[in-house]
Amino acid sequence: MRPAQRAGPDEEDALSVEGLFLSFGGVQALADVSFTVRPHSITGIIGPNGAGKTSLLNCVVGFYRPQKGRIRLHGEDVTRVSADRRPRLGLARTFQNLALFEGMTVLDNVKLGAHAHLRTNVLQALAYSPAARREERELREAVEREVLDFLEIEHLRRRTVGSLAYGLRKRVELGRALAMRPRLLLLDEPIAGMTEEETEDMARFILDVKEQRGVTIVLIEHDMGVVMDLCDQVVVLSFGEKIAEGAPAEVQSNPDVIRAYLGKSH
Amino acid sequence: MRIGDFKESYAADEALFRTPTARAGLAALLAALALFPLVAGEYLVYLANLVGVLAIGALGLNILTGYTGQISLGHAAFMGIGSYAAAVAQTRFGAPFWIAVPAGGLAACAAGAVVGVPSLRIKGLYLAIATLAAQVIFEWIFTNWTGVTGGIRGINVAPASLLGFRFDTDVRTYYLVTAVAALHAYAAANLFRTRIGRAFVAVRDRDLSAELMGVNLFRTKILAFMISSWYAGIAGGLFVYFAKVVTPESFPLTLSIQYLAMIIVGGLGTIQGTLYGTVFVTLVPEALRSLTQVAQKISPEAMSWFHPMKDILFGAMIVGFLVFEPHGLAEIANRIRRFFALWPFPK
Amino acid sequence: MELLLQLVLSGVVTGGIYALIAIGFVVVYKATRVINFATGELMMFGAFFAWTAMTSAGAPFAAAVAAAALGAALVGAAVERVVLRPLMGQRTISVIMVTIGLSSVFRGIAQIVWSGEYRSFPPIFPRRPIHLGPVLLPSRQVYPFLLALAAIALLWLLFRFTRTGTAMRATADDQATAFGMGIDIRRMFSFSWMLAAVTAALAGIVIGTIGGISPQLGAVGLRIFPVVILGGLDSVGGALVGGMVMGVLENLAGGYLDPLLPGGGVKDVVPFAALVLILMIRPYGLFGTREIERL
Repeated sequence: MRPAQRAGPDEEDALSVEGLFLSFGGVQALADVSFTVRPHSITGIIGPNGAGKTSLLNCVVGFYRPQKGRIRLHGEDVTRVSADRRPRLGLARTFQNLALFEGMTVLDNVKLGAHAHLRTNVLQALAYSPAARREERELREAVEREVLDFLEIEHLRRRTVGSLAYGLRKRVELGRALAMRPRLLLLDEPIAGMTEEETEDMARFILDVKEQRGVTIVLIEHDMGVVMDLCDQVVVLSFGEKIAEGAPAEVQSNPDVIRAYLGKSH
Repeated sequence: MRIGDFKESYAADEALFRTPTARAGLAALLAALALFPLVAGEYLVYLANLVGVLAIGALGLNILTGYTGQISLGHAAFMGIGSYAAAVAQTRFGAPFWIAVPAGGLAACAAGAVVGVPSLRIKGLYLAIATLAAQVIFEWIFTNWTGVTGGIRGINVAPASLLGFRFDTDVRTYYLVTAVAALHAYAAANLFRTRIGRAFVAVRDRDLSAELMGVNLFRTKILAFMISSWYAGIAGGLFVYFAKVVTPESFPLTLSIQYLAMIIVGGLGTIQGTLYGTVFVTLVPEALRSLTQVAQKISPEAMSWFHPMKDILFGAMIVGFLVFEPHGLAEIANRIRRFFALWPFPK
Repeated sequence: MELLLQLVLSGVVTGGIYALIAIGFVVVYKATRVINFATGELMMFGAFFAWTAMTSAGAPFAAAVAAAALGAALVGAAVERVVLRPLMGQRTISVIMVTIGLSSVFRGIAQIVWSGEYRSFPPIFPRRPIHLGPVLLPSRQVYPFLLALAAIALLWLLFRFTRTGTAMRATADDQATAFGMGIDIRRMFSFSWMLAAVTAALAGIVIGTIGGISPQLGAVGLRIFPVVILGGLDSVGGALVGGMVMGVLENLAGGYLDPLLPGGGVKDVVPFAALVLILMIRPYGLFGTREIERL
């Protein structure tokens, strides 16, 4: 685990979104969205419902293909790279409505996160060869140490995910993303629907991930308190356009932002 | 969760049989399987062979449909390909069984790769219909490519032999089939202890998320088709030596449906379920047959009722399990086990 | 040239019957997203019901058809209520297997009630063949085709102009909204299944007049898959077009390819080869709606 660090001046931007345009049929989801994210920082993406926040995330992970624009991960242009190859570049994400594998155990869900980094092939798997055995054992140790203990869910390891409470499921999903050993972690509403206590726990975990592992984090959130507390910078979207960018306090008092949230009557 | 069961290493926790009871159970099962033909009559050994061969096929289908979520209505066709390939290998190329049967597996595996190609573009119901088309097309090939398959007459095959030892009795075949089945069950269990098997289940549960975790969907699905077809092909190859002849009638759509029934009744996505389901679906009609033969003595018409009753029973079994116990016999077995784990304390 | 015309016209005639079967299938899928593998057996029941009405009760053809339709409707309603409703919302494989299981049960029941022998309808249509220009069509093909057309027209009228028909279309399009407008969704499911059973029954009677009746009559039900994949699983118009195209394709393949290939039986396999092709090029068929996935 890398110690906490500020980004050096020569370090590439962890994420660089340049002139993104995305539309479906007649609907313009994103229009000329550009911003950068410095490494080892936490960036919040906020905006009213329907602003295009999740669409933006979907573009970064490669689920949507933007019509125009570029996406760079740590300096590398990934706009044309297929979604299943981006994890290898250090990208991981969680989902707004949870996308856990309901039929699998917590342990297996988290282990799957490491899929892109594992090497066992079919024949080794069928025979459970010594190489496979070793890879699995190392994986298990790493998962227990870095994820299950860290998120305090080790006692749930053999529970089927489908049987867990909502707050715990969100934690498992974060765990699965962490197993991907990301350099850039995208969180889509990580604390939505959580109780006060769960929210505090989650916020603490997110901060620890940044500080202890040096992971760059981009999160979509509606809870302004969390955004103000956690984020180093905030990007505001409204109707598919970026309307503000900057430190949390600046953005909070930006009149365009206030108008976007409260409507034209203000 | 088992009480008083502590593991001291991850290796111990990752083992297939984690508790002393489970290991004892496995030992008992293996002993029973080994001793079975010595105490059972000819008819039961024959049935055991049939169940063994079908179980291998059913394991393959469960890997594809139960674990990876790809519905296949064409499993019988793959078994047929394995059978014909093995038969041709023996009759045309003089291959011994230990080459012919794997050849059958490989031929089916290749066919599985081809049939899996549509999974690049279609999924779910549409893919199921594509496998149905594959079943119809292969059945037609079995019947009409007379140059290779011998058409409706089929191909006759000599018994398997290894270094002069001929597997020409049911008992000898039993040991062969059981060994191959046990090996394949072990391999299947291994698969799901590794990244490959986990990827299969991820594709079943949420394929789009799996993709974002680095799982190549197309490759995973094709792999599932290929492994599943290998199992069917091996089952087909063994079937040929068991039945001594292969004809197109052995691999109809109804067999594909029977395979699906086995894994649903047994329990989708479980290995023990596959075995329970195969035994159940194969033995129920046989029990019915025995019952009918007894009834025949009382009423001479009884035998004419056998076939329709078999159909009704089969259909009722499927509908019954789907409505009342969708997780199959494996779930029932688990419930029993959970009950005894805490016994004599109630839940 | 004459052969071509003959094949095409025979194909159209067969196609009309396929279209009738396919419409029942599409109706259920559109409303409930269920693939009805028991369509063939519902056809078989329809044929047997009508046959029983004619031979045991001496009913005239029209009355027998009506009786069969009624009987089929009851079976359809029972199936929906007893078997499909408990399984609502379950995964695809469960729903597919349940209708497969049902088809097995129905076959068994039919064999017990009517035995496995082949039956024929008493003579219904005039025997003289029909002349259509240079082409001669046997009456036992043309009249059933006309019957199928009549049934399709009746269905179209039902869907277009009755309140129930409109309600069914609404439910098929958007369940939530239909519910919000006060339409009883469960009754619509029931109606869809009843309609599917009636349509299948009519198709079964038509087929029975051509080739006789037996518990295996349902096997022709497999033929609808190429038809509905071509037309689109949820398109009634597609079922019509798909049926015609497949009927003609079958006949052309049989007429021109059979002599070339060993063993024959090309007619049976070509529609399925076409099915695979369609799935690769245009999986939702000519008129089916594309299913879009959201993350």
